[in-house]
Amino acid sequence: MILLLTVPLLVPFVLGPLARRCLDRLTPVAALWSVTLALVVLAGASVAALGALVLTGLLKVPLFAGLGDLVHPLRTASDLVVLPAAAAATGALTLGAWTVVRSAARQLRAFRSARSQADRRPTAGDLCVIESPHPDAYALPGRPHRIVVTTAMLRSLGADEREALFAHERAHNAGGHHRFLVVAELAAHCHPGLRPVRATVALAAERAADEAAAVAVGDRRLTARAIARAALAAGEARPERPGFTPAATTGPVPRRVAALLAAAPRHRPRAAAWAALLLTACAAVSAGTSGAGVVSFHHEVEVAQGEEAR
Amino acid sequence: MSSDKDERRPAGELEASVLAALWAAGVPLTPGRVQSELDSGLARTTVTTILSRLHEKGIVGRERLGRGYAYFPVQDPHGLTARRMHTELDRDDDRETALARFVAQLSPDDERLLRDLLEPDLGARPEPGGE
Repeated sequence: MILLLTVPLLVPFVLGPLARRCLDRLTPVAALWSVTLALVVLAGASVAALGALVLTGLLKVPLFAGLGDLVHPLRTASDLVVLPAAAAATGALTLGAWTVVRSAARQLRAFRSARSQADRRPTAGDLCVIESPHPDAYALPGRPHRIVVTTAMLRSLGADEREALFAHERAHNAGGHHRFLVVAELAAHCHPGLRPVRATVALAAERAADEAAAVAVGDRRLTARAIARAALAAGEARPERPGFTPAATTGPVPRRVAALLAAAPRHRPRAAAWAALLLTACAAVSAGTSGAGVVSFHHEVEVAQGEEAR
Repeated sequence: MSSDKDERRPAGELEASVLAALWAAGVPLTPGRVQSELDSGLARTTVTTILSRLHEKGIVGRERLGRGYAYFPVQDPHGLTARRMHTELDRDDDRETALARFVAQLSPDDERLLRDLLEPDLGARPEPGGE
């Protein structure tokens, strides 16, 4: 049982590299959906496994065994394995629950404040302009959808580049991309292995919006130029780069620009089939072992309660 | 002269484009100037209609210029909204995840890579506007 429950805790470490490959091989929208779905299954399975480990440990304690109406001791592997595993699971679950709640509250607060600021300004169509020396732009979900752009951003782009920017933000709103970002953010707090997947989901959402914008303005190079110019302008306005740590890997912006300068992504059935197979396998192994572990734990508890024969 | 594609866009999108052109310019623009700034094949009458609609909503102001009007965006009094927005958003250490932002921060390597990818395009900056 303990062995079964460790599998869903190991699978998430595989999803990071696998998700990056999916984004390279699938169309951005397909990658966004499939990676996020796998992410949800893996996060759920790992939380369930941690929960089962915590309960196992608790039922080893005489007080809780009494509360659980156990008439026989719970049959498990050696206490030397079970107790440390249960203690670690308790720590991980507590920490995860705390950071999930904190992150959810923080995102809700940021969203509410952005929303109330945008509602205070008059809008032309869906555009809300904020006077600010910092070039910035984002899609604001909710009813009605808005796109919020600072004056500095409008001034650093040409008219055709602004259209590409608007098309990009409208694609975020039309695709409901904020839902994927929230799911990825919350899942990242459930298991450390799922943390790198958050960046992949965010990049997939940006790529999907970039491709939609390129179709809307009918020019891939123009869209690439708008992104590059916006990013360079934002960098000039904030030379201090707060919280930035140099990374060995290329950041998301050059990857998006390079992808737009290359040919439009085609649907590749073979690559898509492989990616789908691997993601499904990950999710199935995770959910299967987690489910089997929980069922076997439940059975052992029934046995210990004297309600079932071994 | 007017392209069907632009004339058929939803009115909200056209309003957004026109307002963006006014903000980017930084000086009052006549309907004719807005039309040429946008360079989108919109008919002059369409631009004029959009501008008067924005004016009715109080989003843009206008001043007499010759026989017509020149339009300018109405400023946020004291820039309060912008200041509030930035203090709120900067407080979040992981602000990237809260909202889908157009561009993430660049590392120096990213910056060099971008310039390599798009050097010829980036050389030609858009009109200096009102900066």
